[in-house]
Amino acid sequence: MTQFADRMTRKEAKAQEERLRKVWADPSGWRYWTSVNNYQIGLWYAATAFAFMLFAGVLALMVRVQLAVPDNDFLSADLFNQAFTLHGTVMMFLFAVPIFEAVAIFLLPPMLGARELPFPRLSAFGFWSFLLGGIFVCGSIFFNAAPSSGWFMYPPLATDKEFSGIGADIWLLGLSFIEIASIAAAVELIVGILKCRAPGMRINMMPLFAWYLLVVAGMILFAFPPLIAGDILFELERMFDWPFFNPERGGDPILWQHLFWIFGHPEVYIIFLPAIALMAMIVPTFSQRPVVGYSWIVLAAVGTGFLSFGLWVHHMFTTGLPQISLAFFSAASEAVAIPTGVQIFVFIATMLAGRVIFSVPMLFGAGGLAIFVMGGLTGVMVALAPFDWQAHDTYFVVAHLHYVLIGGMLFPVIAGLYYYYPLINARMLSDRAGKLAFWLMFIGFNVAFFPMHLSGLRGMPRRVFTYPPEVGWDWLNLISTIGAFILASGILVIVVDVLRPKHREPEGESNPWNAGTLEWISEPKENWGVRSIPIIESRYPLWDQPNLMRDINKGRFYLPDAEEGRREGLVTSVLDAQPIQVLRVAGTAYVPIISAFFLGGAFVALTFHWWIATIVSAVGAFAAIVYWLWTGTAELPEKPQKHIGLGVTLPLYVSGPSSTGWWAMFITMIGDGTAFASLIFGYFFYWTIHEDFTAGSKGPGAQWPMIGFGLFAAAWIAMIYARRLNGRGFVLAMRACLMLAALLTICGSLAAVAGPLAYGMDPKSHVYPAIVWVLVLWTAVHAVLGLVMQVYCLARSLVGRLTAQHDVDLQNVVLYWHFLFVTALITFAVIGLFPRML
Amino acid sequence: MSGFSQVVRGQAVERPPYPRSPLRYGFIPILMFAHGCAGIQSTLEPTGAEARQIATLFWVMVIGGSVVWLAVIGTLLYAARWKGEPHSAQSAGRLILWGGAIFPAVVLMALLAYALWLMPSLRPQSGEPPSAPLRIEVTGEQFWWRVSYRSKNHEASIASANEIRLPLGQRVEFVLKSSDVIHSFWIPSLGGKMDMIPGRTNRLSLLATKVGIFRGPCAEYCGTSHTLMAFYAMVMDPAAFDIWLEAQSQPSEELASDGKLRFISNGCGSCHTVHGTEATGTLGPDLTHLGSRESLAAGILPNTEEAIRRFIADPDVIKPGSKMPAFRMLPEDDLQAIASYLKGLK
Repeated sequence: MTQFADRMTRKEAKAQEERLRKVWADPSGWRYWTSVNNYQIGLWYAATAFAFMLFAGVLALMVRVQLAVPDNDFLSADLFNQAFTLHGTVMMFLFAVPIFEAVAIFLLPPMLGARELPFPRLSAFGFWSFLLGGIFVCGSIFFNAAPSSGWFMYPPLATDKEFSGIGADIWLLGLSFIEIASIAAAVELIVGILKCRAPGMRINMMPLFAWYLLVVAGMILFAFPPLIAGDILFELERMFDWPFFNPERGGDPILWQHLFWIFGHPEVYIIFLPAIALMAMIVPTFSQRPVVGYSWIVLAAVGTGFLSFGLWVHHMFTTGLPQISLAFFSAASEAVAIPTGVQIFVFIATMLAGRVIFSVPMLFGAGGLAIFVMGGLTGVMVALAPFDWQAHDTYFVVAHLHYVLIGGMLFPVIAGLYYYYPLINARMLSDRAGKLAFWLMFIGFNVAFFPMHLSGLRGMPRRVFTYPPEVGWDWLNLISTIGAFILASGILVIVVDVLRPKHREPEGESNPWNAGTLEWISEPKENWGVRSIPIIESRYPLWDQPNLMRDINKGRFYLPDAEEGRREGLVTSVLDAQPIQVLRVAGTAYVPIISAFFLGGAFVALTFHWWIATIVSAVGAFAAIVYWLWTGTAELPEKPQKHIGLGVTLPLYVSGPSSTGWWAMFITMIGDGTAFASLIFGYFFYWTIHEDFTAGSKGPGAQWPMIGFGLFAAAWIAMIYARRLNGRGFVLAMRACLMLAALLTICGSLAAVAGPLAYGMDPKSHVYPAIVWVLVLWTAVHAVLGLVMQVYCLARSLVGRLTAQHDVDLQNVVLYWHFLFVTALITFAVIGLFPRML
Repeated sequence: MSGFSQVVRGQAVERPPYPRSPLRYGFIPILMFAHGCAGIQSTLEPTGAEARQIATLFWVMVIGGSVVWLAVIGTLLYAARWKGEPHSAQSAGRLILWGGAIFPAVVLMALLAYALWLMPSLRPQSGEPPSAPLRIEVTGEQFWWRVSYRSKNHEASIASANEIRLPLGQRVEFVLKSSDVIHSFWIPSLGGKMDMIPGRTNRLSLLATKVGIFRGPCAEYCGTSHTLMAFYAMVMDPAAFDIWLEAQSQPSEELASDGKLRFISNGCGSCHTVHGTEATGTLGPDLTHLGSRESLAAGILPNTEEAIRRFIADPDVIKPGSKMPAFRMLPEDDLQAIASYLKGLK
């Protein structure tokens, strides 16, 4: 009898597994590329980022060949300038940041015991945007049109149309497009880490990788928006001659430096922390024990994240700022060495307290650490303003930053590649090739970059395309070039090792390194992340929970089946990871690709000032995104609840703060608010550098801004009432309220624009009217988006997709309106009240 | 190799002839020999008050940094190779506290105190009334330096270009501006750099402690020929400096030559000034005493008649992106005569 029951269950289990596999399967043939699954997209993303890295590496080799001997003419001055600009830009924006988004969306679902992150289509959209924008930016050099103003794009050099040509627009628009993809990834990662962990994985049990990625995604949210704000000001100056950085009309080139480095310094840690996160997974595995000092390292990561926003001025020590600022930022820059030191010593302590198995990943980790510590020590040197006065913009800094980034990022990434490769292919990379690659890279790196310290101290500035033979830099540069080629040969060994066919080798066992964390239950041939969603009781569940892998793979935990033929995952609570909802996530779809191509088309067309193509593409992108939202979000389930196994039943629909959509809106608006805050920073920056900020010109008056504010406040209150009425089931009153709010929004936007218009403020004439117009337009554009959302809710209500119980759309739109109200309040107060109050 | 670069650019371009020419830079060894100085651009051979203090700071940090690096890597190797009984988590935790937090905090505090103590003495607060008897205003231009001396002994300011002379042992105040994009003023042997930013005025004061010739590059990327923007700084005995400055304040000895007429008739005077003549343009460098300068074209060519002639003919080739139009259409006679005239302006 029991035998019979057993056979039945086994047969039943087989059928469950088949259903689940079918639901998560990738489409075949060319349709494979429409796949929407974080596992696939993570692989594409990583492969693309590596390809861009190789491209930027070739540019670096060209730069090194040019500098190998004095008075060389391998590259012209102009091509050299394009090459070093593109090298820095591509390495930063197209490799260092995206590679971690790639690794994160690849690893996080199984690591958190989740089937999928909450917004897989957003990941797909991000990937296609990244690919398109990256090709656009990289391709420019083949048309001799690449940006050549340096990756930092300082105006007035980069705003000078004669010098910077189309290249600067390609940089600004191409990268803005990619920055949007980065922010999309940040939203996906934060919501995924906070809301999609396996039941029982409380926040203090999260794998360190997830902690680090949470910190990094948060940093992206606050670091990229200032750059986007800067990009907006920059393009307005380039396209329409609004003088934000032109001192003759009240602008100031230094504002760009502030905005750029408020982004640029955290960027370094955005790159560095995820690499440390990989080491935080690798070191415990090869020490065969849990990490020592879990809370230490988490606090250190959070501390580094915070401090990194207070250091940006150390990139501006030679701009003539007051000494008190220099002293403050020197101190802050030194302080960040302390949490960094803690993280390094956590690894050493873990090794001391365990039994270390040496392997290729550990080799790259240890080599990277040796390099990184040296970069950290030269960082301590250049953080001191007096030494920086000498070292700034010399090859000493080139050496420093490569020691930090290659030791702190590239070596750990290669370590991660050797460590995690079995999750991609079920086979290992070659141990011998790995060791060979390590020694080539380690020796090549030091031969290339160590001499640069000396050439910098001997007075060699950065970004020079040649140098005279007699200043004493020739032999140093020749050594550097030789080292660069040795380093490149090491990377070539890795490329060969990854690409060589391995299908003849036998598949290895899963979890070949005997790691303790959950990502190792994932099997390369399955797409579902985890066969069933387990209950987690430990930081290293594979070590501490006996039979966990077997029970998961036999489908003995949650959601082992896909009865309704849908891809499903669990949403859990933020701190305790209590299950609260079954989330149906999207599968294969065209809409992310189409949206990305239309949006990309709009940015590309804008670069070339093809206005009609821009408008057509923008409308196409808008339509695609509305279609995406309408058909794919806030779906009404066919039943209110679902049994997920082990006697637990969960709702299929939740709204408000327990839903993933609400969190995504909240997080997006935090980023949006940061960009707005950067513009406000610009307003007060101009105010402080001028005796009379308005330069005698008239402001927008007080009455129009006040009227505008009143209308926005009324619209906001109407939105809150609409939500309240909807909750009580007063459908008609809710619709009336929405219509009223929409009307108020239109009037409010018109009133906003009326102020500067009525007083004849010409944004080309001076920076004061220009910055007022920017704030007004920012608010007006957001109001138009708010209006679209109101109309959208109205339409959803009319077709019965927005009801008293199913109010996700309205909840999220009201959340948007909270932010819009604050934006309007600040805009109108600043432009209407401030200049006249003094 | 140049073929490669032409393919990438998608069009054949004329290669600048200068890089292989022994003329360019060829004069530097002569200078170095003459002045017996090996590092004319090195922060490690300081010849100024600020550079000396910073070099000391650097060596202190190098020694401290090496010790720290060896200690960290030593601990790492010990941890990796230790084959005995694993250490307890508690003692490993103490390592994090002492090695990762307390030790760096103490060391960094001490280092910071040292550096902050240095700062006020290195760079007196800007904004104070100029205390230096000699003030030199330097304006960065693409890709050269406009220089103007203001001394107590002279009513008017004295214009020059692409070369800076300063007296030994006297603090000199530099007033740094830019007319186009951001440049950065730097004489590594004397002290740290200071940016020249359009719309702003920065100040820097330097005190030279050794007579000699030093080189200063532009240290902020400023466009196509950023590389080709440098100058020589000459530290002179104060008495010799006063004589030199007095001579600079006067027009050059009148060299009534054919070259002068051709210089004027070809319109050179609409951009350049030669005091005592009709040439009063201010777009380009002042040429009143061009012949007496050590180098040409912002530190990239030796100051010879031949180099002057070449630069007049092909400034766009020698210095891509330069604002000076090419005069290669002038008859050879004119070029030669003008070059010879300019070389004679001592």
